[in-house]
Amino acid sequence: MSSFPDNLKYAATHEWVRVEADGTCTVGITDHAQELLGDIVFIELPEDGASVSAKQEISVVESVKAASDIYAPVSGRIIAVNKTLIDSPEIVNTSPYGEGWFCRIQPGNAAELDALLDADAYAKICE
Amino acid sequence: MGLKTPLYQKHLDAGARIVDFGGWDMPIQYQSLLEEHHAVRQHAGVFDVSHMTIVDVDGPDAKAWLQYLLANDVEKLDVAGRALYSAMLNDTGGVVDDLIVYRRVAGYRLVVNCGTREKDLRWMNEWARDWKVSITERPELAILAVHGPESIDKVCQLLTPALADSVRALGNFRSLEAGEWFIARTGYTGERGLELLVPDTDAEALWDQLLQLGVKPIGLGARDTLRLEAGMNLYGHDMDDSVSPLAANMEQTIAWEPATRQFIGRAAVEQHKRDQREGRLPILTGLVMEERGVLREGLRVVCLVNGEERDGIITSGTFSPTLKHSIALARIPADSTVCRVDLRGKLTPVRLVKPNFVRFGKKVFE
Repeated sequence: MSSFPDNLKYAATHEWVRVEADGTCTVGITDHAQELLGDIVFIELPEDGASVSAKQEISVVESVKAASDIYAPVSGRIIAVNKTLIDSPEIVNTSPYGEGWFCRIQPGNAAELDALLDADAYAKICE
Repeated sequence: MGLKTPLYQKHLDAGARIVDFGGWDMPIQYQSLLEEHHAVRQHAGVFDVSHMTIVDVDGPDAKAWLQYLLANDVEKLDVAGRALYSAMLNDTGGVVDDLIVYRRVAGYRLVVNCGTREKDLRWMNEWARDWKVSITERPELAILAVHGPESIDKVCQLLTPALADSVRALGNFRSLEAGEWFIARTGYTGERGLELLVPDTDAEALWDQLLQLGVKPIGLGARDTLRLEAGMNLYGHDMDDSVSPLAANMEQTIAWEPATRQFIGRAAVEQHKRDQREGRLPILTGLVMEERGVLREGLRVVCLVNGEERDGIITSGTFSPTLKHSIALARIPADSTVCRVDLRGKLTPVRLVKPNFVRFGKKVFE
């Protein structure tokens, strides 16, 4: 069974967002997404420093079976990317909500966070 | 709810993720496709392939009829137990299916694909009308494929010493029968191994015993990466009813001699052969891409042929767990020199190699 931590917000396209104490947003893909993809072998990371708008494609994940686009859940500027994933993409399989985070975004429009799903609503669309 | 093999509950017990495969509920993977793949390359794994269709062909005309039905020639099966890979062609020289035919003490046994079952049976029965042959499907048999460097030793631990000796002595593409068990040195991974065709009532106990010996359950996901590393075609992807075996790297499976042997599709593939000599028939080649990224089925290949750009297409592609980079099979114009694959709009150079990437755990191309 996939896990859906309560402290995160979710996009219907299977990204998660954690709002940090300083207001920045950490972004990754959900446990459900990594399960569907299976063993991840390559990740094309978002560009550090880039300005992105919500629902814009920021990254590509390639598993043995499929390629999948990853979308920015909120608009803003990318202020950090998890470079560990370049050489160890499998971390996303083992720790999708922890060490397998993709990037941090300085959000430009906090209202967009309200449009994201909570854990229960996201779990429902994964059924 | 699809059809279920006798091992369905065993797959759930082993934590499988189940998917629909040609109408069957089959395990795509258990825990990790990559670990399953490596288990077969390095140790031993067991696949449930009971969804595949077993057809026994008997009767006084069995041999002559198979010589007419198949592009390869069962005349080559000089002794009971020998096996042959063959295409079954249609009148236009397209591949109705690919299959393995085994010679038995009396008659023959064919194993055909699951997705083509109805079409194949219809085709065979249609062509059997004027012949003294019986065509009998064997749905009561399960198939467990046990493959990997340790596979034969593992299976032999479950057999009587006398039978184990006979199984160890089996050459590649040979089979034997022991009571209701049919044991064959055939497979779809590029590793040593056996396919065990057993009564479905024996399947669960055999599965449990193999797992107790440390043989890992392997899903269809790793079956696909293993066969692609071995450069083996997958029906419906690398060839189908519209593709000549000569454009699918299957020329070695056509028995041209004796020229007097008529077989279905012969005139058409002889024309394909002439087309091929004039460079008008595409080829199925291997592609290797050592950069990051994965070649996928359906991607366009831009090929340089005599200074002109022409299109080819990837028919199967994957990340190779053994080689740690992407490999593919692609159908491209003959005489292509430089090829690039359209990866998300970016033309990425690939190398052309013979379609055989990994055998017995090791890289085989230059």
